[in-house]
Amino acid sequence: MEKSYIVKQISIFSENRPGRLAAIAGALRDAGINIFAFSIAEADGFGVVRALVDRPEDAYQTLTELGFRVSFTDVIGVKMRDEPGGLSEIASILGDAGINIEYAYAYSGKDAAVLILRVDLVEDAVRQILARGGELLKASLSR
Amino acid sequence: MFWNREMETIRPDELADLQLKRLKWSLAQAQKVGLYQRKLKDASVSPDDIRTLDDVEKLPFTYKKELQAGYPFGLFAVPLKEIVRIHTTSGTTGKPTVVGYTRQDLDNWSELIARNMMMIGLSEDDVFQNAVNYGLFTGGLGFHYGAEKIGMTVIPSATGNTRRQIEMIEDFGVTAIHCTPSYALHLAEVAESMGKTLDTLKTGIFGAEPWSESMRAELERRLGVKAYDSYGLSEMYGPGVAFECPERDGLHIWHDSYLVEIIDPESGERLAPGERGELVITPLVKNALPLVRYRTGDVTRLMDDGCVCGRGQKIERITGRSDDMLVIRGINVFPSQIEHVLRALPEVGGQFIVYIDRVKHLDEMTIEVEMSRAGFSGELQDLARMQKKISGELHNTLGLRTAVKLVEPGTLPRFEGKAKRVIDRRGAI
Repeated sequence: MEKSYIVKQISIFSENRPGRLAAIAGALRDAGINIFAFSIAEADGFGVVRALVDRPEDAYQTLTELGFRVSFTDVIGVKMRDEPGGLSEIASILGDAGINIEYAYAYSGKDAAVLILRVDLVEDAVRQILARGGELLKASLSR
Repeated sequence: MFWNREMETIRPDELADLQLKRLKWSLAQAQKVGLYQRKLKDASVSPDDIRTLDDVEKLPFTYKKELQAGYPFGLFAVPLKEIVRIHTTSGTTGKPTVVGYTRQDLDNWSELIARNMMMIGLSEDDVFQNAVNYGLFTGGLGFHYGAEKIGMTVIPSATGNTRRQIEMIEDFGVTAIHCTPSYALHLAEVAESMGKTLDTLKTGIFGAEPWSESMRAELERRLGVKAYDSYGLSEMYGPGVAFECPERDGLHIWHDSYLVEIIDPESGERLAPGERGELVITPLVKNALPLVRYRTGDVTRLMDDGCVCGRGQKIERITGRSDDMLVIRGINVFPSQIEHVLRALPEVGGQFIVYIDRVKHLDEMTIEVEMSRAGFSGELQDLARMQKKISGELHNTLGLRTAVKLVEPGTLPRFEGKAKRVIDRRGAI
């Protein structure tokens, strides 16, 4: 049950130099893969590009074949009210339950804003959010 | 198996007699060269002063720069009409060194290569791919003629077009390959990407650059070969000076053709048996280019334990060159040490480049390493942890702090010939 809300994010190792994001995005474009959301985390000289896409398995294969180092990470996508307090609601649910957020990024879509979360206890997070009336992205949205 | 059992297993007393006789001959040959007439005169020694093998210590050293100064034919002891082949060194440091061969030299050389090949069990039943540069580099033609001498089926594939090389291994049923260790790794990578397992390949002969035991393990695992170390230098014909037997515990020097000493590279003093220092070679049978106490720049030691194979003197695998030794903040570093550390870490690939800079009068070493397939969890913190682990391991081995940069796989240059993994940007100022 909780599993159906665990979304596969693709994480791509990238050197921190011009043109790397263009190479990744270009490869996904050529494969006809749509990116819902992405973020870049930066460290000393390199970074990790994180993305939610419509076809994670295909994205993994396409990028791996091009020589990129790619892996899957389990994340959840929580729908937020796109108005003041939307983020506060969700953050409070997790905070109250003692679940730690490792990183997060968000996008504002057609019908709602979505917060993508990497947490330490992913199944607990799913249960808590659903129990408190939250709405989660279905993993089946991305095949 | 032996190509020349008599010479390879000669009794020590007979060997000493033969070496002394040949040393005298070689000195007489050297006396035909202006450089040696001057050098021996300056050192106040004459060939007559050489009565025992230990007297070789009275003779002056020969340096690579003297060979370079003799460019092109200044050190030849025979007229050019007797020279049937010319090779030159890669010329990575200054002018190329020109080496020449008489017909007798080529016979001597191919004999030594033949011994190497038979020693590791290769025979006329083997199909041999010689994947090294076939031009002026001695490794190509040197191995080619030795392999033909024992009747192997030789494929002079040379370097380049790696996919074609892999197809040839498969289509021709190649059993033995000779190349540089770095090219072997590249072959393995490409073969893996093509989904080829290279099942016929049994034997790998790797030389022309120092390579570590962890690299041996990796090459054996990925190529499915038994890997042997080959040592030589153009000034001593080329490959074939010393070679591993199946024991793979040190390289047998071809004692009837080369007289070896180990010296302290700073003082020039001969070191006690077993101590590690610079290898100095006096060739005993070279006609066209006789040399006296040639400073190889290669660091090794003489091993004094006998070998079950019955052959003679062994040297330890070369651990580096006294001249590619880097001095960083006063600490001696061999690129082979860095390689050894990196290869033992599954998170990174075998490819790396070392940059040395001087920042505010301090040497800074930066190492770029490629991530391996296994190394990426997807988490930034794991990458940072890996970076820290690598520099920690390097610090343990080298005693130096290094900056480690993780780079994407396949982005560092691959080398077909000698790998150039160190870029020293400290400049003259």
